[in-house]
Amino acid sequence: MSLFSKENGAVFTGPLNLNNPIAVQVLGICSALAVTSQLKPAIVMGLSVTVITAFSNVIISLIRKTIPNRIRIIVQLVVVAALVTIVSNILKAYVYDVSVQLSVYVGLIITNCILMGRLEAFALQNGPWESFLDGIANGLGYAIILVIVGFVRELLGSGSLFGLQVIPSSALMENGGLYLNNGMMTMPAMALIILACVIWAHRSINKEK
Amino acid sequence: MEHFFSLFVRSIFVDNMIFAFFLGMCSYLAVSKTVKTSLGLGCAVTFVLLITVPVDYLLQTKVLQPGGILGDVDLTFLSFILFIAVIAGMTQLVEMVVERFSPSLYSALGIFLPLIAVNCAIMGASLFMQQRIQMQPENTQAITGVGDCVAYALGSGIGWTLSIVCLAAIRERMAYSDVPKPLQGLGITFITVGLMAMAFMCFSGLTL
Repeated sequence: MSLFSKENGAVFTGPLNLNNPIAVQVLGICSALAVTSQLKPAIVMGLSVTVITAFSNVIISLIRKTIPNRIRIIVQLVVVAALVTIVSNILKAYVYDVSVQLSVYVGLIITNCILMGRLEAFALQNGPWESFLDGIANGLGYAIILVIVGFVRELLGSGSLFGLQVIPSSALMENGGLYLNNGMMTMPAMALIILACVIWAHRSINKEK
Repeated sequence: MEHFFSLFVRSIFVDNMIFAFFLGMCSYLAVSKTVKTSLGLGCAVTFVLLITVPVDYLLQTKVLQPGGILGDVDLTFLSFILFIAVIAGMTQLVEMVVERFSPSLYSALGIFLPLIAVNCAIMGASLFMQQRIQMQPENTQAITGVGDCVAYALGSGIGWTLSIVCLAAIRERMAYSDVPKPLQGLGITFITVGLMAMAFMCFSGLTL
């Protein structure tokens, strides 16, 4: 089987849209909601999850024939926890401000359901290369939703993108303008409602189910 | 005493696991179809929290941090692996207890009972505890001993149970309402949780 055969293409594109881990399979909601009040942490989180999903998929896929079935959950957790520790230390070393913003949610990647879901459902049955593609695709599918929610929340909530002011400050009400940022958007509650709208739109477009 | 009470009440209402931090969302959304099962899961989560948070606290302060039994070695980078191992072990124990004493609850919870091990609320409570150890002792939210851990874990567990039971009660009623087709199931549940989270925001001014 070649590296970029049609089956592998399907493995890669499925999670990006029709089989999206958040919108369709409802996995990994916790962090999707909590880190999206700004765009930058959302992107960093999306990338971290992509890397961890891909590599844990590869590792588990390589050792899948030697893991005894009864203790596989523990083995998976240890592999994931080790990878998360590495990523968390890298984030602390290179993007310290984001790592402070993400606080406990980096550690909580361990308990992200996407990881366990992919390990159980895919990596245990498939070879390393397919598992790698599957991990990357699921991570990116997760990252897309994070970016959409983060974009809406940061733009409407604080009028900025990546921390840069998009709405001119002269238009703000405290400076005599007519525009007021919706502070509600930065609150946790709105993340749920925006995610519901994303799911609504996604399901209306993909009606065939 | 006042400190315990403050930790306990704040972790139920202000720092509610679901509405303030979105922890444990997966099983929260999937199991909250009937009040009875969600109450059972809530109790199981509270029980696991009550054991894992104090155990993780002892591990963190006595073993991992410098100055513990290992001398000046700083092993805090191992905390993720150790915490998850404690949690996975405890979950196994709870699973065996539930299977022995309440087989009906065991079959109702199904796959979500072993999945408590990967419930973010449990891991999250341990990680928040790790953060709160570093707070100044005069801060009302600081955790300085095993007693504080128990108060915090009990409050978080009860807060989680409270929110899953409320959602289950709403969803039982919502089964009869007319929801637009693409919004059915997951979508409307998210909106409901969002509205509940807004209601819980009114507790955020609570000072204790």
